[in-house]
Amino acid sequence: MLFLIAWRNIWRSKLRSLVIMFAIALGLWGGLFVIALSQGMVNQRMDALIETSISHLQIHHPQFADNQQVKWVIPKGQALIDSLRRLPEVRAAAGRTVVMGMVSSAAAGSGVQIDGIIPAAERQVSKIYEKITEGAYFDESVKRNPILIGKKLATKLKVNVRSKIILTLQDRHGNITAGAFRVVGIFETISSRFDEHQVYVRAEDLNHLLDTENAIHEIALILHDVEAVDPVATTLRTQLPALKVETWKETAPELDYINEIMNQTSSIFMLIILVALAFGIINTMLMAILERVRELGMLMAVGMNKFRLFSMILLETLFLAATGGIVGTLVSMGTVWLVARTGIDLSVFAEGLRDFGYDTVIYPVLAPEFYLEVGLMVFITAILSALYPAWKALKLHPAEAIRTI
Amino acid sequence: MAVIRTKDLKKTYNSSMVPVHALNGIDLTIEKGEFTALVGPSGSGKTTLLNLIGGLDQPTSGKVWVEETEITQLKGNDLIDFRLKSIGFVFQAYNLIPVLTAQENIEFIMLLQKRPKKERQQRALELLNAVGLKDRAHNRPGQLSGGQQQRVAVARALAAKPKFVLADEPTANLDSTSTANLLDLMAELNQQEKVTFIFSTHDQRVIDRARRVVWLEDGRILSDETKM
Ligand SMILES: Nc1ncnc2c1ncn2[C@@H]1O[C@H](COP(=O)(O)OP(=O)(O)OP(=O)(O)O)[C@@H](O)[C@H]1O
Ligand SMILES: [Mg+2]
Repeated sequence: MLFLIAWRNIWRSKLRSLVIMFAIALGLWGGLFVIALSQGMVNQRMDALIETSISHLQIHHPQFADNQQVKWVIPKGQALIDSLRRLPEVRAAAGRTVVMGMVSSAAAGSGVQIDGIIPAAERQVSKIYEKITEGAYFDESVKRNPILIGKKLATKLKVNVRSKIILTLQDRHGNITAGAFRVVGIFETISSRFDEHQVYVRAEDLNHLLDTENAIHEIALILHDVEAVDPVATTLRTQLPALKVETWKETAPELDYINEIMNQTSSIFMLIILVALAFGIINTMLMAILERVRELGMLMAVGMNKFRLFSMILLETLFLAATGGIVGTLVSMGTVWLVARTGIDLSVFAEGLRDFGYDTVIYPVLAPEFYLEVGLMVFITAILSALYPAWKALKLHPAEAIRTI
Repeated sequence: MAVIRTKDLKKTYNSSMVPVHALNGIDLTIEKGEFTALVGPSGSGKTTLLNLIGGLDQPTSGKVWVEETEITQLKGNDLIDFRLKSIGFVFQAYNLIPVLTAQENIEFIMLLQKRPKKERQQRALELLNAVGLKDRAHNRPGQLSGGQQQRVAVARALAAKPKFVLADEPTANLDSTSTANLLDLMAELNQQEKVTFIFSTHDQRVIDRARRVVWLEDGRILSDETKM
């Protein structure tokens, strides 16, 4: 019956209760939506990075990271790739010949990372083929030395599809060599930095320049399930003690870092909203108690003990918060779901996002756990906000409360 | 044996600049089955005395016993529980929980006493019947007249089967017909169910109905008459 009384009590002052419920719902909606947007932004960047460059797992010679020299190849690389492909968790594996070099056109030059790839195998681990905006992904029309470059680099070098550019690099023996390549495709990812500093050629052409035989510096792995990354990495590390196995978090530590910052920002943001809500709730409940002093005095007089009185006020507060909270969460879920279908285009405000590697069309996401977490936080806020008004009520002296006019 | 005994009860309010001596040594004994009126001019200490007898306030000095229990020794939740089990209250107004129906208001007291649901419902209906409001069981206080609300309050006060019922000016807000009806009801319950009633009043018609009249003035008992 305490539940019944509490529930009916919050409807005694309909407008006041509705206002605070609306405030709670609005606060949650705003907070959750902004958090969903930033989460969407981070996720898209993560997915894009995983898809176009870092994949789920990478394997290198342990010294390769320090100085990317041609000699730090993965021993028996091709055999390793074949055996990795047989692992049940692995969806695809591809080897890359990686070398740093210079690319130059008649107009300009630029330092780049050159990835020598096997186009068909690379398709399985990287979606760079989807990002081609001009030309094509290694089609058969160009037989000799085709190259894929990014849009930003193309602009810088003032070149186009079918233009000829020169790659200069150090071969296996330490000699400077150069080769002429023909642009067959121009890609554009969400990161203009990547587009400026990454080029792709065929592994055979690069090996020819380097005077190497199928040198594999990097193996990229895509798993069936991202969540399996850590356990698979652990197994591979014990099986391949002589090699360096890195998960996407290790390859691009800034991703995890950004994720962390986003989470913290979201928490602070939620905290501010909740504190504001707490004051609203405290105010509403204090009003509710002050206008019921005589009734509360009567309840204490006829035998309602402090615990029950406290519970009643706590329940009233919880009902207020829960009603607003549930409405706010449902509306947020609906909004996130709706906007996630079309995406929200921020390019009007933020063309610069691309420079930082973020997409301008954002698809908000919120993990289901987050709704739970927020629900719990609202619950705790409600309880904390109930404490002061409840304490006020408990301090009432029945004889005086009844006398109050 | 006496239901209520007070010994040299004094109450001084210090909340204002000048201390107010509301009660100046009250020795009063109430026996089981009494129908007693506390009478006196405004400010004579009627409410103060009822509050002390009902355990709603602490005396400055003196003692109050309800049967064997010295209630002036009880504190906090013990005192609240004692009131719940042993004392019925009827106030001048705001007796009922506005969001509950008449029946729910009566059941509420028994719920606080943790009585089983069946018993609660049955007794609530019996009591509503006794106060003549069976057909208003599902009305909320706001839908009842002042007199009807006071009858529900009497029914509520009896729900806990208390040792006695304290009523502070229960008829102050009622017209003469409702006043008469309420007094008829209380007198009937007193005679048939042996419920002990102590009530305060200004109203001569109410005074006339009391069997014992205790006159207060300036916090002292001026006279104490029992009609035969
Ligand atoms: N909380 C309080 N603080 C200060 N003085 C008080 C307080 N309560 C009562 N008094 C004073 O104590 C005296 C007795 O008051 P009490 O309410 O008991 O009188 P009463 O006989 O019930 O009067 P009434 O017939 O007007 O209800 C009065 O002088 C009153 O002003
Ligand atoms: Mg009074």
